[in-house]
Amino acid sequence: MRRVVITGAGTINPLAHDVVGTFAAFREGRCGIGPLDIRDVDRLAVQIGAQVRGFVDASHFDRQQISLYDRFTQFAMIAARQAIEQSGIEFRGELADRSGVVIGTSGGGLTTQDDSYRAVYEEGKNRVHPLIVPKLMNNAAASHVSIEWNLRGPSFTVATACASSNHAMGLAFQMIRSGMCDVMVTGGSESMLCFGGMKAWEGLRVMSRDACRPFSANRNGMVQGEGAGIFVFEAYEAAKARDAEILAEVIGFAMSSDASDIVMPSKQGASRAIVGALKDAGINRDEVGYINAHGTGTAANDKTDCAAVADVFGPHADRLMMSSTKSMHGHLIGGAGAVELLACLMALREGVIAPTIGYEEPDPECALDVVPNVAREAKVDVALSNAFAFGGLNAVIALRRFTG
Amino acid sequence: MDVKAKIIEIIAEQAVIAPSDIKLDDTLEELGIDSLGLVESIFAIEEAFDISVPFNANKPTAGAFDISSVAAIIKAVEGLVQDAT
Repeated sequence: MRRVVITGAGTINPLAHDVVGTFAAFREGRCGIGPLDIRDVDRLAVQIGAQVRGFVDASHFDRQQISLYDRFTQFAMIAARQAIEQSGIEFRGELADRSGVVIGTSGGGLTTQDDSYRAVYEEGKNRVHPLIVPKLMNNAAASHVSIEWNLRGPSFTVATACASSNHAMGLAFQMIRSGMCDVMVTGGSESMLCFGGMKAWEGLRVMSRDACRPFSANRNGMVQGEGAGIFVFEAYEAAKARDAEILAEVIGFAMSSDASDIVMPSKQGASRAIVGALKDAGINRDEVGYINAHGTGTAANDKTDCAAVADVFGPHADRLMMSSTKSMHGHLIGGAGAVELLACLMALREGVIAPTIGYEEPDPECALDVVPNVAREAKVDVALSNAFAFGGLNAVIALRRFTG
Repeated sequence: MDVKAKIIEIIAEQAVIAPSDIKLDDTLEELGIDSLGLVESIFAIEEAFDISVPFNANKPTAGAFDISSVAAIIKAVEGLVQDAT
């Protein structure tokens, strides 16, 4: 089977509009969560979120593009441009036919739907903009990336709620490893911070009204975020042949289903995905130095995260570091795993572990080294990124520091 | 409302050119307006004049609404506005 490496990374998220800025925010333990600035926010019970700020679509896209690009597509395009430019690849000829796009998203063009429904229901309008359907469809981002960069191989969208990005990137990895494709543009994008989207989340009563404090005993829920992370995955031999800079190697991936409850996580399901990823990567558990946790900041999730890791890693669980960067950028749902993979890249490449900020009180049910509040320097060879979604769908990716 | 001026304004916006560069005998194709631009133009016309334009994208030329040139569109819209009042 072929080796797979990452040769480009891009992002726009609540912390920064690029990878360098995101790494800086991770190092500083900066928080991107604040008062929500959306229409009808005064009617929301939960009025905080991690929004992408200082973003003006017209400075990135022309009028025709804006009429077709929902905010989640815009984020994906911006992140994809950064990743593809960093990779230095141009998709032409046979390479274009052997390259594709797999992007995770959960809500797709939810903001477009929300606006359209508002127009017909609240405002009583009898017609809406003609391009609502191509704008809201969940595959819009993947399709526009394929169109913009001439990626003519397999392209599709994966929707597995909070695990969408990890499932997408895992599939991209497998498609290159198996020889189906040579290059995959992959990651995730999400933009659910609209009135209808937030109202729906409020209904579950799992959201915090003040902060996201994963693993802290006084945690009181998740905080919604938005944004995208996109990567270029490439066959190692191809990357080597063109002397590309390799950011990290993707060494393993596994997925599992809890097959139990639609919202409550299962330790067994999570454990099986972690074990599966280690096995797929062919590594021993003591090689793992850092885990980017699912770490949503809800009571149920965080203790399951910790219990699964403790079970799988045994005594090594006390030696590895596990942080949740959702404390900084919020929960990007379908985009979460992609932005969180950046924390793994930072750990492997720069030897800096992104912290879990907002950590105030130890919780005996989360008794692992969660890198509380302050980033830490540490040499890490293997990092895992965990995603355990609503619906009981779990996906874990393993990366290794690239040394040749 | 001046139907002619408004339609030229809408079409010019879709074509991304100045209204003064639009000629009455131009076709939408000559102006570089594709199928998506056409449905956006029709939507803008409906919004501007509060009318319903009988147009089916499956058969763009078959309906009662003549889109063969800028002048034809103006004439068709004038008829619809007339009917609506």
